Amino acid sequence: MKLNDEEQAMQNGELGEPRRWAIEHMMQVGRFFDAPDLVPVTQAHIMADTESLGEAGVEFLERMAACPERERRVRIPMITDPRGIDFCHYRRLRQTDAMAALEQRAIDALEALGIIMTNTCINYQTIMPPVRGEHLAFGDTGVVIYCNSVLGAYSNFEGGPSSLAAGLTGRTPRYGLHLDRNRRATKRFRVTCQPQYLSDWGALGGIVGARSGSYWEVPVIEGIESPPGSDEMKHMGAAMASFGSVPLFHLVGVTPEAPTLEAVCEPATLAAETIGEADFEAFFARYGGKGEKVDVVVFSAPQLSLLEMQSLAELLDGKQLHQDTDLLAVTSPAVAADARRLGFADRIEASGALLLEGMCFYQSYAREMGEANGWKRLLTNSAKLANIIGGYGYEPTLSNMENCVASAIAGEIV
Amino acid sequence: MATIKLKCHVGVGPEVSGEALVTDDNFSARYDLDRDRGIFSRPQHKLAGQSYVGKIMVFNTAKGGVASAWMLHQMKSRGIAPKAILFNSVNPILAQGAALADMAMCDRFADGDVTGLIRSGDQVTVKPEQGLVMITRD
Repeated sequence: MKLNDEEQAMQNGELGEPRRWAIEHMMQVGRFFDAPDLVPVTQAHIMADTESLGEAGVEFLERMAACPERERRVRIPMITDPRGIDFCHYRRLRQTDAMAALEQRAIDALEALGIIMTNTCINYQTIMPPVRGEHLAFGDTGVVIYCNSVLGAYSNFEGGPSSLAAGLTGRTPRYGLHLDRNRRATKRFRVTCQPQYLSDWGALGGIVGARSGSYWEVPVIEGIESPPGSDEMKHMGAAMASFGSVPLFHLVGVTPEAPTLEAVCEPATLAAETIGEADFEAFFARYGGKGEKVDVVVFSAPQLSLLEMQSLAELLDGKQLHQDTDLLAVTSPAVAADARRLGFADRIEASGALLLEGMCFYQSYAREMGEANGWKRLLTNSAKLANIIGGYGYEPTLSNMENCVASAIAGEIV
Repeated sequence: MATIKLKCHVGVGPEVSGEALVTDDNFSARYDLDRDRGIFSRPQHKLAGQSYVGKIMVFNTAKGGVASAWMLHQMKSRGIAPKAILFNSVNPILAQGAALADMAMCDRFADGDVTGLIRSGDQVTVKPEQGLVMITRD
């Protein structure tokens, strides 16, 4: 890999040990994926929840945080994905003091590196949406697929260590989606019925993701009659990335790189697969549970936008949750502050629901929370959450927000 | 004793030798493993119940989100980890994770499906720097 003078100085350790490590890390990853050089990036976003960091990961961050200040501070704006703990509520969730203590150590180390603790996976809705053509090092699959697809920015999935390396150097290896040739469509889908609820958009993402099935496939979708909003795109993208590891999609006539089908593929050589009503029905049907007792209703993954918080407040107005059912609404610290100012938070909490901020359900020791609270049957409107939470011992059901709220009130899945 | 050489893309991590454990299934560090006991725990996984500790693992591809990048590092630091992981095709996240953990990892084999080329129980040497995997069979 070709390095310029400044990058070589970093590699030689002239700018301190953290930047030396960062260049070394990027050289290894870049060589693995045939990157010719490093590309400057404008923002970094790091996933570093303590459940995945573990003790070893926290110690790694602490060693870096112990370096001299001029050596350890990140060089570009760098923000964080959700934490594993909401310190106001962790005891209520039956998370442990040991979890909270490890989380606090991670936060202290990240802050010492000059990282801004935004604790959000919806930064593209709330912090600083990237612009078309901007090269980034973003770390949450839902964040990356949204910024690539909807905004036309350029980012690979950057795991925590690689995001950190990008923050410390202002660069990332030029491979994958930083190259235009890897952004052309390789799979083509034609939708014959229109998604309505956010959960339908998530289902569409799940179907497309599962049929694409690889980081190196780029699906293009035709047949969407009117442009979806940001929350619809958010749910679709998060599910597509979750079901298929897919980092980029095109929506013909909607997303910026696909004004036409011809702009992203040669239609004559790429046959379209149809996605119709039966596919949606089969997708929802894989999650059973109708009529069963519901233990916990979760709105999370991705965190709720301000508009989703408003919808939830309206649905819960004047209602009380069933005594045997919990409802968790999870959002970013920025949205939570606005929701409180605007009265949405009070209306949600008056029902008995719990408003959690700066965390995300599945990154928060979901298995331990489930065991401690007796949560088994989980209802959500997030196709992404339904996909992954089974791995933590839950039995998930997917439905729209209205049905989720009605079920939380009834105590069983309606 | 016969030695078979397999060419692959240049990988990451140190040269290692060990016994192969092979499946045509995929791999997620987050969802497939009991990382305390060092075994495959997801019941649907084709290696469910088997230990991966000290093995040269061979899979089709990697699954799972960004969090996996930290997990190989945590596994290796506790000594409950495979020696190397080989794939037909890996995603960036797990390659990044192997780089952090200094764990041997290679993919893109020249001779086709690596899950058919290597058999469980084979003695295998992985040379990531050279993009080379050597199998020794009786």
